[in-house]
Amino acid sequence: MHPVRKKRLFVISAIVLILGAAVTLVMYALQQNINLFYSPTQIVMGEAPRNATIRAGGMVVNGSVKRHSETLAVVFETTDFQHTITIEYRGILPDLFREGQGIVAQGQLNDDGVFIATEVLAKHDEKYMPPEVSEAVKNAQSAMGETKVNSQSTY
Amino acid sequence: MFPEIGQFSLILSLFFALSLASVPLIGYWRGNRLLLETARPLTFIMSALVLVSFITLSWSFLSDDFSVLYVAQNSNSQLPVWYKFSALWGGHEGSLLLWVLILSGWCSAVAFKIKTLPEDVGPVVLSVLGMVSLGFLSFLLFTSSPFARLLPDTPVDGGDLNPLLQDFGLIVHPPVLYMGYVGFSVAFGFAVAALITGNLNASWARWARPWTAASWAFLTLGITLGSWWAYYELGWGGWWFWDPVENASFMPWLAGTALLHSLAVTEKRGVFKSWTVLLAIFTFSLSLLGAFLVRSGVLTSVHSFAADPTRGIFILVLLLVLVGGSLLLYAIRAAEVRSSVSFGASGREAWLLLNNILLTVLTLTVLLGTLYPLIFDALNLGKISVGAPYFNSVFTPIALLLMVFMAVGPLSKWHQTKLSVFLKVCSIALIVAVLSAGGIVYRYDFGVIAWLSLAVAFWVVFLSCADWFGKVSAGTKGIIPRARQLPRNYYGMILAHLGMVVTLVGIVLVSVNSHESMLRLSPGDKATVAGYDFMFDRIEQVSGPNYLSSKGQFTVYKSGKVVAILHPEKRFFTTRQQVMTEAALDAGFTRDLYVSLGERLDDSAWGVRIYVKSFVRWIWLGGLLMMVGGLLAAFDKRYRKRAGA
Repeated sequence: MHPVRKKRLFVISAIVLILGAAVTLVMYALQQNINLFYSPTQIVMGEAPRNATIRAGGMVVNGSVKRHSETLAVVFETTDFQHTITIEYRGILPDLFREGQGIVAQGQLNDDGVFIATEVLAKHDEKYMPPEVSEAVKNAQSAMGETKVNSQSTY
Repeated sequence: MFPEIGQFSLILSLFFALSLASVPLIGYWRGNRLLLETARPLTFIMSALVLVSFITLSWSFLSDDFSVLYVAQNSNSQLPVWYKFSALWGGHEGSLLLWVLILSGWCSAVAFKIKTLPEDVGPVVLSVLGMVSLGFLSFLLFTSSPFARLLPDTPVDGGDLNPLLQDFGLIVHPPVLYMGYVGFSVAFGFAVAALITGNLNASWARWARPWTAASWAFLTLGITLGSWWAYYELGWGGWWFWDPVENASFMPWLAGTALLHSLAVTEKRGVFKSWTVLLAIFTFSLSLLGAFLVRSGVLTSVHSFAADPTRGIFILVLLLVLVGGSLLLYAIRAAEVRSSVSFGASGREAWLLLNNILLTVLTLTVLLGTLYPLIFDALNLGKISVGAPYFNSVFTPIALLLMVFMAVGPLSKWHQTKLSVFLKVCSIALIVAVLSAGGIVYRYDFGVIAWLSLAVAFWVVFLSCADWFGKVSAGTKGIIPRARQLPRNYYGMILAHLGMVVTLVGIVLVSVNSHESMLRLSPGDKATVAGYDFMFDRIEQVSGPNYLSSKGQFTVYKSGKVVAILHPEKRFFTTRQQVMTEAALDAGFTRDLYVSLGERLDDSAWGVRIYVKSFVRWIWLGGLLMMVGGLLAAFDKRYRKRAGA
């Protein structure tokens, strides 16, 4: 074979081989590790899968945070102002976790419809409202035909 | 008065950037020496004007001039003085000014060294850099001027700097990171100038190499500092989160690493020319993409600035013009520079080609994972997040494979390598690596991935040493004179590769050998983690310059002896009404002890995180070694020669 062609064949086959392996890896990893966000309304309506890792979130309902007296377990409710879900978490909550604040949690929905969180996220900025949450609140409000917009959802 | 001077000199510098972007180019096309020679003074004046406006903004910060909106938003009279200065780049507008300042600094550095370039190439490089400056200066002036005033309603005090940013990390991390990001604009300038002038020979690669190595070194240090800062500041002990903004800095690093290697091939062998040019364009494009992701608010991240759609659109247009323009130019001109030199399948070119393919694939997988949520959302498929597991499972195998080849490449010769010698060295290395890593893994029960990774680490160390020893022991002179004769470039490479190994060892051990626990503790309680006894002595209220703090004390014992006394804090910043966790740590060469306070649970109990992280310092130590390696390569003697010499 002509040396230039041989070189080209070598280069192209190396690229194809590595790219093929990488694409397979990427497809597999993406299938396993994509976490969809569901609003409280979607979860209450039964649109969210059970026992699969998803993200959920909303505004933390005032007065709903209850801590266990012996362990780090905590239970609270989040809402999009139309429906409310219960989230259970065991561990240390972020500094910006507060009642009335928007949060996003990652975890699984158990058979009782309780969201068991493995991670709770709140942004490091007091003005922040996670975009997923603000959209969920907006959708829920427009679904209810409300014209009154909660001041915290206008960011 | 000062802010107006700053604004005015910024406007002036915009005009100088405009002239720099056009006059030398016209000179080049007309063959007019006089016009070409304006490039240097224009660059210096533009840079000086940017510096003036940077100094005036610093002055506004240091003198608490809250009539300036940006100062009022990001500073406070109670802030310690060094944070007042670094608050300058604590928000979008000021950090963009820092970006422009650093860009003009790089431009001046090129102008300063212009004598090392052929007479008609240097001014064109500066002119391209002038275009980039023009883009960023207009972005700064038209969408985000930091000099806007709050008159006549000047606030009495400022809104304060985000407490998270009131840290040493803010002082050093952004400037160093920007040095890296923006530094790749020089490689971009060289690439585009080469396309314009058609002067795409091996010497092109020789000019671009030291600049690329220097910006790569800065970017490496910037990312390392960022990782270290996140580790101690965010209060939960992670050192890398695959957060979109981290990825935004990591992608140019990966592409820049590929560029560094392909430049070597282009310089030494004259092959891969058009690929190298393309890579230089891509590397800078990824820097711009990073700026877009951080500043447009399209992605959610702990780092991103407040979202503003006009800024997003402006920087997107800037990205399209610069990248689109240079790619168009590439499409027109690249065919003329195609190289016809062949190379052997076992020569160093082939290994470096493999390096480039793997690094490009790594960049693409990170890019995909970062942009996937955006694509998903744009197609209305729902809101998703792509988490660390994706990146870990895709990145790790490809990166390990890359590191296997990283050791082999330097060992091979240009063009063709004698296979027998090569195979002998490699097989010894393989046995040594697999067995010694196996021993460690067996002794400490670490698992298969750790075994593979540690084997790769030993493999690289063994082969690098073998390569060095082979080089110094050949010939008749003694070892020391020969070791001195080896170029700095070579030592830079060895150091950077070993740095990569040190980082790898850190990553592996911190992931397989760390102990983490989250506990509920009251003063007087004791917890045992990984053989260390953590005694929660007490908690007390103290007040800092601009915060109130609950300060805990933990005494750490190992077999009855005091190892460390740690003071984790929970600070409440009064101006912003914000709570911040200050972790306390005892750093060590082989392990870090890490304690951070969660929240107060009832009258006496606190949520407490206690970590014992094994070899975590090695992650950043490796980064430092890589940076030193990059700088050694940048300051190799060969690059100091003048053009024609």
